[in-house]
Amino acid sequence: MSTPTLNSAGKKRGRALGVTLSSYLFLLPALVLLFVFTVYPVLYGSYLGFTKYTALQFGTGQPPQWIGLENFRTLAGDDLFRIGLANSLKYLLVVPVLQIASLAVAVLVNRSLPGITFFRAAYYIPVITSVSLAAVMWDWIYNKDGTLNWFLKSLHILGQNANISWLLNPDTAFWAIMFVTFWRGFGYYMVLYLAGLQSIPAELEEAATLDGASRAQTFWRVTVPLMKPTILLCSLLSTLSALRVLDEIIVFTNGTGGPLNSTYTALLYVYKKSFGGLDFNYGLASAAGLVVAVLALGLSIINFRYFRDASVRA
Amino acid sequence: MRLRKRLRQAGVYAVLVGILIFAIFPFLWTFVISVTDSGSVTTGRTVYDFPASLLPARVTLANFVTVFQTYPALGRAFLNSVIISGLSVLGTLIVSSLAAYPLARNDFWGKAAVFSLIIATLVLPTETSFLVNMLTLAKLRQLPVVGELLGVGSYLGVVLPTLSTAFGIFLMRQAFLTIPGSLLEAARMDGATELQVLRRIMLPLAKPSLAALAIFTLVGTWNSYFWPSIALTGAQDKLPLAVEMLKLKGAFNDNIFNTAAGAMIMMLPILLLFVFAQKHFMRGLDGAVK
Repeated sequence: MSTPTLNSAGKKRGRALGVTLSSYLFLLPALVLLFVFTVYPVLYGSYLGFTKYTALQFGTGQPPQWIGLENFRTLAGDDLFRIGLANSLKYLLVVPVLQIASLAVAVLVNRSLPGITFFRAAYYIPVITSVSLAAVMWDWIYNKDGTLNWFLKSLHILGQNANISWLLNPDTAFWAIMFVTFWRGFGYYMVLYLAGLQSIPAELEEAATLDGASRAQTFWRVTVPLMKPTILLCSLLSTLSALRVLDEIIVFTNGTGGPLNSTYTALLYVYKKSFGGLDFNYGLASAAGLVVAVLALGLSIINFRYFRDASVRA
Repeated sequence: MRLRKRLRQAGVYAVLVGILIFAIFPFLWTFVISVTDSGSVTTGRTVYDFPASLLPARVTLANFVTVFQTYPALGRAFLNSVIISGLSVLGTLIVSSLAAYPLARNDFWGKAAVFSLIIATLVLPTETSFLVNMLTLAKLRQLPVVGELLGVGSYLGVVLPTLSTAFGIFLMRQAFLTIPGSLLEAARMDGATELQVLRRIMLPLAKPSLAALAIFTLVGTWNSYFWPSIALTGAQDKLPLAVEMLKLKGAFNDNIFNTAAGAMIMMLPILLLFVFAQKHFMRGLDGAVK
């Protein structure tokens, strides 16, 4: 009797091994690509931050040369990097505005009115617009003969002779670009918030109303606390993408970060020092990227702390 | 009471329309410019003569022809966008489905660890990944025979780094998890190979998720600007529309009618896709959250 048992155990083990082998065979392409193009760049890029490594070394096959914190000292003394960092942090101002507006719009469209799905869909269109297309279209709004000046003049906010080139003025370019980020983002977060709102059981809000709570009370005491996970996710996503802003700057300023460096961001510095300029200093660029990564980590932790504590209080 | 409700509803619609104008004004404006007959805009009255120019004196489709004639790179760029997006969609679907199948359906050694690692890549700081990926592509370029196909300045060079994502694998895994196990067992009993089970049973039943992932990937690559603009360094003839668009703007600084036509040409495929496959857009986004 023992022989068949052994046999089937052996078969079972053989089958288990076969399953493991075939599973990894299926996983192989994904894992290889994920490692080579996603994991390895982070590891190697972090290492490069502590080395001297230039296009010349890369071209001649010389390895990166370990120089410790030298790159970070260079960064600390580089005004351009400081400006970039300051502008990237300033870009975070878009986050609260974007989140509050998106949540408000989500609440607005979270009702059954005729045609509401049309409005939801239309608000999503800026999200599926390429950043380079946005640059082309908004240029006609922002230039000195553009529609923004006309609009502000007809509201008498601007004098009849004012002709502002919004993207060429160092006082306005930064905010003009940030406004496009807002335009391209609010539909995205609206959909996320809408999904959150619709996952709240209607009975909870009804119960609050039956207990005599006003609409505002129901919203702040019932809906918002239940939305905490979505709010955390959205504010985290938008914090990270604001800190990492790069595409908008490149397409709106032709990669200059101008006028007068008023739109120069930290990741633009990384791009300029690596491929977008004349330095081709991969070590320094990687070090700058590491600084942004550490900041991103810090901001993520703050986000988690803030919203976790807030939900405990609520 | 009823009047108050009516008024309230009218107020809601007023706000909805206000936001609508904010959201789509740039498109409306671009569309109007693209169909304005440039000959009808006489000196002293430019297209910027707002709001009169919102109703062009003469409507024409000529700009859509002239832009291709005076800027031949546009046709090529359109084709490049189709190729790059097509390769990305196909590659992403294949790579993600292959990886998701065992993660959803097999018990194997190390499964939990592999899955956690894949999910963990979502939080990696990818600020400078483009830098190292460029160096990798430059190295690939030096390989004999395949170098020109994979390295800097090749279609695959643009596409490869974007194919394998935690998002795609996760989305497909969730889809495969919902398929009844009895179907699989039956197929395996009949002696179907794993690849046959995936192709004949799993993929057909996961069509909605495949569609969502395809659309998500397509829109992402069609619109992507930064990565293709550096990965295709030295390969002007392979640049996609998103990159060529900005050059078009520079080339026609004084003829915005052509630029507007080019912009509409780039936007139209995505817009049509959005109109006809709207539910998949939202579905993909939901998948990204959960």
